[in-house]
Amino acid sequence: MWIWLFLLPTVVLYGLYTIYPIVASYWYSFVRWNGFSAEKEFVGVANYREVFADPQFWNSFKITLLFMLLVAPARVILSFLLAIVLNSPKLPLSKLFRTVYFLPVVTTTAIVGVVMQFILDPASGPVNSILQALGFEGGINFLGDSRTALVTVSVVYVWKFFGITLVYWLAALQTIPQDIYEAARVDGAGVVRMFTNITVPLLKPFLIIISLLTIEETLRAFDLMQTMTGGGPFFSTEIIEIYIYRWAFAATIPQLGHASAAAVLFGAFVFVVGLIQLWGVYSARRMRRDR
Amino acid sequence: MMAVTDLTRRSVDRRPLTTAGVLRRLPWWIAVIFLVGVGVLWVFPFVWMVSASLKENAEVFAAGLNLIPSHFAWENYIRAWEDARFGQYLINTVIVTLWTVFLVTARSAFCGYVLGRYRFRGSRIIMGILLATLFVPTGYTIIPIVQISLQLGVINSLTGMILALSGAANVAGILIYAGYFRQLPKELEEAAVVDGAGFPRIFFSIMLPLATPVTATVALLTFLATWNAFFLPLVFTFGRPELRTVSVGMQAFVGESAVDWSGMAAAGVISILPVVALFFFLQRYFVEGIAGAVKS
Repeated sequence: MWIWLFLLPTVVLYGLYTIYPIVASYWYSFVRWNGFSAEKEFVGVANYREVFADPQFWNSFKITLLFMLLVAPARVILSFLLAIVLNSPKLPLSKLFRTVYFLPVVTTTAIVGVVMQFILDPASGPVNSILQALGFEGGINFLGDSRTALVTVSVVYVWKFFGITLVYWLAALQTIPQDIYEAARVDGAGVVRMFTNITVPLLKPFLIIISLLTIEETLRAFDLMQTMTGGGPFFSTEIIEIYIYRWAFAATIPQLGHASAAAVLFGAFVFVVGLIQLWGVYSARRMRRDR
Repeated sequence: MMAVTDLTRRSVDRRPLTTAGVLRRLPWWIAVIFLVGVGVLWVFPFVWMVSASLKENAEVFAAGLNLIPSHFAWENYIRAWEDARFGQYLINTVIVTLWTVFLVTARSAFCGYVLGRYRFRGSRIIMGILLATLFVPTGYTIIPIVQISLQLGVINSLTGMILALSGAANVAGILIYAGYFRQLPKELEEAAVVDGAGFPRIFFSIMLPLATPVTATVALLTFLATWNAFFLPLVFTFGRPELRTVSVGMQAFVGESAVDWSGMAAAGVISILPVVALFFFLQRYFVEGIAGAVKS
């Protein structure tokens, strides 16, 4: 009896605000509805047909994938390199560096997004001032040009969430006992040998887990995207979450059915990524066990 | 673990300075110089923000690279606090965050305790559902969340926002608690049962106090996520601008007076300072909470 009482808060809140919405999205995706009126007109798969026929949906899908391909490897590889250096007991100030490189993670993304607009401003922003001081004539309109906007947001995103992946790697590195290195040193192994023969093989299972956690996180970039570019210019940074938001909340007449169909497709995509993740985690576990 | 690394580091530092020793440590000093350089770039946006928040707008637009303001324009903060209503937004954010942290931590502790400690009919199913929905993005669930809040009559209210934030995907806390409670020895309960303690007594006076470090981690991670939340607070305040949280308020500020950069920088400092301060004092728990994702 107590067991169920203890489960109750989670069942109610999580059920209402996570499980129910997941299910309800499917129902909404089959109706035409503006959200204000009570009437929902059942239209079958019409919403899906519209979404599939909408080049902007495919564009947002492409941007989401492109963004993932830009930021996930950068986060995983760069933070790995830094973690290796920071993990060494010989590095002075290592604690201070950890704090500094983790700092952007704790700051409010939506506020960082706005501040970054100023910092990257073509006329008065400090980045362009520095570029001009270095001799580059004319400011670069980082966020206002559809050719540079996505890359710029990606760089900011990597900077903002780099610290999370760094902590993942540091945690992974801590699982390697220091005496293995001691033993290797006694056997006369050099730094490079120890790195390629001890560190890398032992970290392989973690590489899978960390990559997948990072990839999954890149699917949630709404805050930064919405505040830095709002999806623009010319939809060049419109990830799926912004596409959904635009159809459901930013349109003069909201099209909840259309937005829900896009959301269901997005959910299916996230689910597939999650399945790959699960498979990856299992094979990573097997790798650790076989060791 | 930390203590071990500290110890080794100290023993290295105590080695007498010989030419060979200096040479051996040279790569590390090069690394330090490099990391300091990148680190300065890393925090530059925040330094610039603080600097801009203390400059006159004209001085910010002049775009000099000098970060020290010619005089401290504290009136920016007054403008952000009063005219841009960041005082109000800050209060809203504090209310929403504290309630959400309380609700999420409590329900995660309850749920994690039961799932970690007991096998019962349905426990595997519940665990399965939680794991399957671990990564549900807000963009997917947002439309039904708004609709259900409309039906409950809590849209455009802080209550609605708190409920939605407490109910939206935060499975990690449950998993951390479940993992912790699972590995506690069975004898704990057996001894308590002999003493005549019931289920709630065992939980509140034995288990929960034992899990204090977990509680700290879960509460902090929830604090961080809620304070920084943007999507849900955005859609919950369309009709009531006075209920905005700081993250939503910032974007509204841009829409209202796009030229008041120093005012916005001040608003940014006001909004970010509380989380950063908390982070500096309780860094360990933040890091442990995030690292937990990899270890489990």
